[in-house]
Amino acid sequence: MKYIDEFRNGTIAISLSDKIAELVKGFRKITIMEVCGSHTMSVYRYGLKRLLPPNIRLLSGPGCPVCVTPVSFIDTAITILHKFANEIIITTFGDLFRAPGSSSSLEKEKAKGASVVVVYSTRDAMKIAEKNTDKKVIFLGIGFETTTPTIAASVLEAERSNLNNYFVLTSHKTMPHVMEALLRDKELNLDGFLCPAHVSTIIGSRPYEFIAQDFHIPCVIAGFEPLDILQGIYMLLEQIVKKEAGVKIQYSRVAKCNGNPTALAILDKVFEPCDVEWRGLGLIPKSGLKLRNRYARFDASKVFRILDFGFRIDSGIQNPHSASNGCICGDILRGVKTPSDCKLFKGACNPEHPVGACMVSGEGTCAAYYKYGETEP
Amino acid sequence: MKLIKINGVTGIAEIGGLQREIGLLLVDNANVGDYVIVHAGYAIQKLDEKEAFKTIALLESYHEMPQDTKSTKK
Ligand code: SF4
Repeated sequence: MKYIDEFRNGTIAISLSDKIAELVKGFRKITIMEVCGSHTMSVYRYGLKRLLPPNIRLLSGPGCPVCVTPVSFIDTAITILHKFANEIIITTFGDLFRAPGSSSSLEKEKAKGASVVVVYSTRDAMKIAEKNTDKKVIFLGIGFETTTPTIAASVLEAERSNLNNYFVLTSHKTMPHVMEALLRDKELNLDGFLCPAHVSTIIGSRPYEFIAQDFHIPCVIAGFEPLDILQGIYMLLEQIVKKEAGVKIQYSRVAKCNGNPTALAILDKVFEPCDVEWRGLGLIPKSGLKLRNRYARFDASKVFRILDFGFRIDSGIQNPHSASNGCICGDILRGVKTPSDCKLFKGACNPEHPVGACMVSGEGTCAAYYKYGETEP
Repeated sequence: MKLIKINGVTGIAEIGGLQREIGLLLVDNANVGDYVIVHAGYAIQKLDEKEAFKTIALLESYHEMPQDTKSTKK
């Protein structure tokens, strides 16, 4: 496939791997975080850790949308399902469908007969609303700056076409804020960030500038293909070796300095910043996006009057880094532990019976470790 | 995915023989024949073919020169 196969060439990968080894030969240990779940998946799928010299450590970050969605968000959706059973249809992305809430999941509720439909996009959810005018259709919006514009676009389309039975329940998050929170965490010693491809396609490279300037940590926006990631790592190492810190773009065929201004304008029209709860990381100020008041009539949290439940009653809030069931997803999302440190990994917790969200999502670190069987170098 | 048809704010994109209807609200001036990046049912950016060629050329150059650069460096 054009523009994909070129970035999966094995011989070039070996040359690049040699170049990397040459560059950091005899250098101290270097830790790089790939923030985004799709990078994590590529790293495991293509066995990229094996192409890196032993002094380079790749850490997975908090960029898996389902993994960071708080338990209380799922609980809220289930509460709405129970309360308005005959009036609504809940539509959701496939991985959120399976994610555990505090006592149930949307998948379990569906098995009991609740109206829950897995969709690929808000466009599918809107089609369900058009076909079922006697029902209120709620789309569960989670994700980062890549996904949020698609939810914003659906709200604008629903407004324009007078689709009055379409609503969204959202817990959207922004990437640069959580990266800042991680850097303030003293437990984590990072040398560089491999920044997400598609979040950066929307927001551009500027929102990461403060990381390079204030924290002196280099950032490279890299694509998802194996050669993109290896080249991105090489571009980071070049900066680390020279003790420089800037924001560079490896994925220049798609990500630009100023991002996608059209998508950003739509995002800004519909959403505004808010404080938000991250599973495992706690409350991070201004790291979320919520619907502006102007679009309150599409906001399921207001329409279905569940404000009191809030999204902050997560059991993890007092002690956001640990959960009572022994799941250490929080520490894994912060990059201070790996799945092999979890007692439940591969035993009580597996893809068939996930205990934590990091095992549910295809982008979760625990799921990747399970599937590709990697251990830390 | 390659954009093969435009219908106002939606379009049809294709990859490996697979076709999908996508929203075009988030990109400006998309034309039939453009490669677009699709996420959750919407095109989120057009692929810049010139930049793609530049990156590919750079990657290929790593493969062509490695051994000699190593030996001349000492
Ligand atoms: S293996 Fe399961 S229980 Fe352990 S941290 Fe991962 S998701 Fe949580």
